[in-house]
Amino acid sequence: MSGFRLETGGRVDRGQTVQFSFDGKSYQGLAGDTLASALLANGVMLFGRSFKYHRPRGVMAAGSEEPNALISVDRGPGRFTPNLRATGVEIYPELKAVSQNRWPSLKADFGAINDRLGMFFPAGFYNKTFMWPRSFWDKVYEPAIRKMAGLGDAPTAEDPDHYAATYAHCDLLIVGAGPAGIDAALGYMDTNKRIILIDEQDELGGGALADPALWPWLERSHKALIDAPNVTILTRTTAFGYYHDNFIGAVQRLTDHLPELGDAPREKLWRIRAGEVVLAQGAIERPLVFDGNDTPGVMLSSAARSFANRYGVAVGKAVVLMASHDSGWHDVFALAKAGVGIAAIIDVRESVDSALMHEAERLGIAVHLNHSVMGVTGRHSVRAVQICNNGDYLGRRIDCDAVLMAGGWTPSVHLWSHSKGSLKWRDDLGAYVPDLPNENVVCVGGCSGDWDFGTGAIIDMLPTPKDQSRIKAFVDFQNDVTAKDIKLAVREGFRSIEHIKRYTTNGMATDQGKTSNLNGLQIASSALNKPVADIGLTSFRPPYTPQTFGALAGHAKGALFQPTRTTNIDSWAQAHGAVFELVAQWRRARYFPKPGEDMHAAVNRECVAVRSSVGIFDASTLGKIEVVGPDAAEFLNRMYTNPWKALEPGRCRYGLLLKEDGFITDDGVSARLAPDRFHLTTTTGGAARVLNMMEDYLQTEWPDLDVWLTSTTEQYAVIALQGPNARKLLEPLVEGIDLSEEAFPHMAIREGMICGIPTRLFRVSFTGELGFEINVPTAYGRALWERLMAQGAQYDVTPYGTEAMHVLRAEKGFIIVGQDTDGTVTPFDAGLDWAVGKKKPDFVGKRSMVRPDIVAPGRKQLVGLLTDDPNVVLEEGAQIVADPKQAVPMTMIGHVTSSYWSQTLGRSIALALVAGGHEMTGATLHIPMPGKTHTAKVSGLVFYDPEGARLHV
Amino acid sequence: MILIHCPYCDEKRPEIEFVNAGQAHISRPLDPSSQTDEEWEAYLFIRANPRGRHHERWRHTYGCGRFFNAVRDTVSDKFETTYKAGEPRR
Repeated sequence: MSGFRLETGGRVDRGQTVQFSFDGKSYQGLAGDTLASALLANGVMLFGRSFKYHRPRGVMAAGSEEPNALISVDRGPGRFTPNLRATGVEIYPELKAVSQNRWPSLKADFGAINDRLGMFFPAGFYNKTFMWPRSFWDKVYEPAIRKMAGLGDAPTAEDPDHYAATYAHCDLLIVGAGPAGIDAALGYMDTNKRIILIDEQDELGGGALADPALWPWLERSHKALIDAPNVTILTRTTAFGYYHDNFIGAVQRLTDHLPELGDAPREKLWRIRAGEVVLAQGAIERPLVFDGNDTPGVMLSSAARSFANRYGVAVGKAVVLMASHDSGWHDVFALAKAGVGIAAIIDVRESVDSALMHEAERLGIAVHLNHSVMGVTGRHSVRAVQICNNGDYLGRRIDCDAVLMAGGWTPSVHLWSHSKGSLKWRDDLGAYVPDLPNENVVCVGGCSGDWDFGTGAIIDMLPTPKDQSRIKAFVDFQNDVTAKDIKLAVREGFRSIEHIKRYTTNGMATDQGKTSNLNGLQIASSALNKPVADIGLTSFRPPYTPQTFGALAGHAKGALFQPTRTTNIDSWAQAHGAVFELVAQWRRARYFPKPGEDMHAAVNRECVAVRSSVGIFDASTLGKIEVVGPDAAEFLNRMYTNPWKALEPGRCRYGLLLKEDGFITDDGVSARLAPDRFHLTTTTGGAARVLNMMEDYLQTEWPDLDVWLTSTTEQYAVIALQGPNARKLLEPLVEGIDLSEEAFPHMAIREGMICGIPTRLFRVSFTGELGFEINVPTAYGRALWERLMAQGAQYDVTPYGTEAMHVLRAEKGFIIVGQDTDGTVTPFDAGLDWAVGKKKPDFVGKRSMVRPDIVAPGRKQLVGLLTDDPNVVLEEGAQIVADPKQAVPMTMIGHVTSSYWSQTLGRSIALALVAGGHEMTGATLHIPMPGKTHTAKVSGLVFYDPEGARLHV
Repeated sequence: MILIHCPYCDEKRPEIEFVNAGQAHISRPLDPSSQTDEEWEAYLFIRANPRGRHHERWRHTYGCGRFFNAVRDTVSDKFETTYKAGEPRR
């Protein structure tokens, strides 16, 4: 072995070398290495550039708390993953990793100028500086800042991977498979509980992986758990969020570590519902705050131990420990045993346990108590440290190539906090630990503050003789927040830790302050002269570590994002070149262009065909509700504005539905099939809402009514035949129904057969022409459609889409709820007071129709608009003013709700909601549109065949 | 994701099966026409917004379809109890 790989030790496979590249340069690692350990073994210290100052950064930790060593992995088009922690990337042959946030290269980074200008970038710098002029923000400041500051590049191509998802249930979920988590699993293994054990690493063990003395135990335990039929082990799985009622979200990484991808899903989202949760997330070591603590080669003491014992990598050849806690001493002793050269132990405390002193002496390690590191020499790697006595600040230099920080431990209470468990401050640990649970959960091991690392001193930052305003002592390494920034925030008046956090951005990077929160809190505590316990802690929120959008989206993308509902006739429309639009979740044919036709031409042709011969239209999407029971008529009478009790079987009625506030919410034609049976129709988008509303009244207000409601929307295909030739087309195909005007008048329903299929045949019209709507069982929809097309060829039967349907109904002044109404329109406003049963004692919304604001003058009312220039088609949504010469801002008195070119009338038509509109017939209104203000005259709502003569033929 | 006990199914089911339906125990007046404007306003629009115990209606929309009543703590978001429509306020 060469470089920094130790001669022996580690769990890596020394017989299996792995070739990989970093920034285009080829390196060799061993199977079992992470990118971090493999690069360190090659003597690489510089991993990236920091977010704001572009300072050189190395590896600080060995686990998922790593704030510095963020890299991108490139696996080809669409498989570029930025911001991965090098400490969590397992190497495989031909792994391609690249550094981030540097230009032109990692070593010669132009942005490092920011570091020289650092004194000009204090907390709140951007807020304070780039304020004026306002117009510069979007075009000048933000793009420049974004280019300079930041993390990895977002991938540019679509993600070709797919992602799995599953629900899982268990009696016991254990998060974290370190010694505490494994003990918990072993303890319950022999019960009949279903257990899931989750760990984010590639193998079980957690902290034990860095302690060879525990490996035999680990192996035995692992085997026992694998053999236990009631234990499911999930490695490479991060429990990222803890939600209500013991619902835990976890992402399992399935292929990122594999050299060949195959076609397996890349990741799997686990939604786990657990009876009880055991959190064994461990604790994270705390860095120390001193000038230059971010120099590559300065790292957590426990991380150095991990690299040596787990990966067989020395982080340096002359290593210095800077400690305020006993645990660092134990780490250094372990390093010495593993063959790592130790230059000195420096401890800020005046005295430590004599056993530690004796062991250091035995190993021949120089010890400097009551000393602190006051500076680090070296830019891309450590060359020496300056240390000083805490009392007289007498300095000296120690040559070294790595500095270990042992600042004590912070329990990982992230998931505990997600679950809204409370925390309490423990002075002896200098940390928040779990207090009262809010779910069925317990914390064990390090995350509960239960550890055997020894004791330590709680300090905010190391004492230094230097001018504190001129040093860079980092607290949040990923967001480049220094101790100075936090003190500045306090000086500028921030008192709440939540405000200090947001002003300085401490703890707001992608690592969520795993290594910075407590140091930030200690510094704020000193600056505010208040105990930490009185300051509180900022909230942790999911995810624990960043997760991919792919994993969270799972299969819910593209066509599977939400269902597209299609009718039985949709395939015919598709085959015949229909242009579609989405209406609610339905895909509907908008128009059927012939070769060379644009929408305008196609719609004109379709409209003329309906008015002159016959058109055919797929109306299957209409909502349908079957209302059955002895009280069906009474129920509808209470729901709708219209009277229903006197409606004879075989007849239809236009129904208008209000909400209790008196405003129109839905409408549709409904038929009485029998004394106790109605076939209701609703708007396409309103079907579910109307059924819900009816169920609400039926179940909770009038439970005494004997009525059943059943959604039948998808049971029927509905084909509308509209136009003067509709009857002639239909007649030869229908059995058992007399279609004559006398026997089957407008607004009637008959049951019979068509082409041998049972049908509910409506004689209704949404076009103003003679019309039929043929309801047949859904599966027959397309077959019947094709039969009607063949039969209608002699009349040139013309398929028309929703756009022509809109024009035809507007020519007749028929409203579309939700387009011509907006939830504040009453029946009177919409000109539909004829549909209100005046003699009915009550119906939903009746009382509200006499509310003071509903009867007050000046309400917006639906009117027709005819532009003075018949060729101008107003824009739907255009605002309307009474006087275009008034000062800006003008008083807008309404807006255009529907507007079309009517080929039948040879001019444009429009509907509009206008304040006091019913009193304005003949008045001229003004409609400002881009380029020109148009004029139009207020008209009635019906533009075509106002007598309705065309219906009754 | 909360688990909600449906009093009709007598099972705890995930909240995605349910839809909130506003404050509970507001009865539609038997004769709305006799209501004064103030009474009708109170019925239509005035709702409690308590910190703590709140009586709500929920519908097991993607289950049995029934409306029922619940007591939920608006601070902790925990359900204290659920009971069938028509049963007395708890």
